[in-house]
Amino acid sequence: MDMRTPLGKVRGLGSAKEGTEHFWRQRLTAVANVPLLIFFVFFVARYAGAPHADLVAALSNPFVAVIMGLVVTSALVHMRIGMQVIIEDYVHAEGAKIALLMLNTFFAILVGGLCLFAILKIAFAG
Amino acid sequence: MTNVTRSRPLSPHLQIYKPIPTMVMSIMHRITGGALYFGTILVAWWLIAAASGAAHYDWVSWLFGTLIGKIVLFGYTWVLVHHMLGGIRHFIWDLGYGYEKHFATKMAKATIIGSATLTLIIWIVGYLVR
Repeated sequence: MDMRTPLGKVRGLGSAKEGTEHFWRQRLTAVANVPLLIFFVFFVARYAGAPHADLVAALSNPFVAVIMGLVVTSALVHMRIGMQVIIEDYVHAEGAKIALLMLNTFFAILVGGLCLFAILKIAFAG
Repeated sequence: MTNVTRSRPLSPHLQIYKPIPTMVMSIMHRITGGALYFGTILVAWWLIAAASGAAHYDWVSWLFGTLIGKIVLFGYTWVLVHHMLGGIRHFIWDLGYGYEKHFATKMAKATIIGSATLTLIIWIVGYLVR
């Protein structure tokens, strides 16, 4: 027997009111992360330990700067919702869960802010 | 009542089953994801160091270049590649393929072999193009 109201069925968002949004965003960023992180891994392997001027010169290239910005953004969105699931799976005390979910978002935004600021500063000011 | 609850039989759980490749790769996917999460601190640190000028950058670069630093970076690369291959395995499942038991086990084994091999290749290529 279907207990759902006609309106609930039409909206198709389920009890969490998010529908497939989390799943879809997770897969969307996962697909984006494949080429982005391949670029990132080779970039790090190439420039880890490189002289400061070399790294700055590389990051000053508009193409490299934009790709790095996309790497950071896509990876952080992906990891934020991934950590959200880990917290929801293992932390059952309501207060601690909400606190950790908040911290999770703060962490992702802080790391994102630092990375994007650094990339833009290098790209614009060297 | 307490006694009734306590002496209830427990259903078999993780410590009962012999670990099989798909099981191990499942939790590895989560662990590597969690490691990558905290590893972003290193990425932010490196980029901020590069943006703050040569003096601070040289110090961070020296730190990452020590033996421990190199091991951490190499480990971070492996974790990233492993999580990516694990993710590609999930894409295959999302598309509706790869559910057959023996094939799934093969994919799980390929994930670990592939991630180790690719990590080595990445660092060899990374050093060669310098």
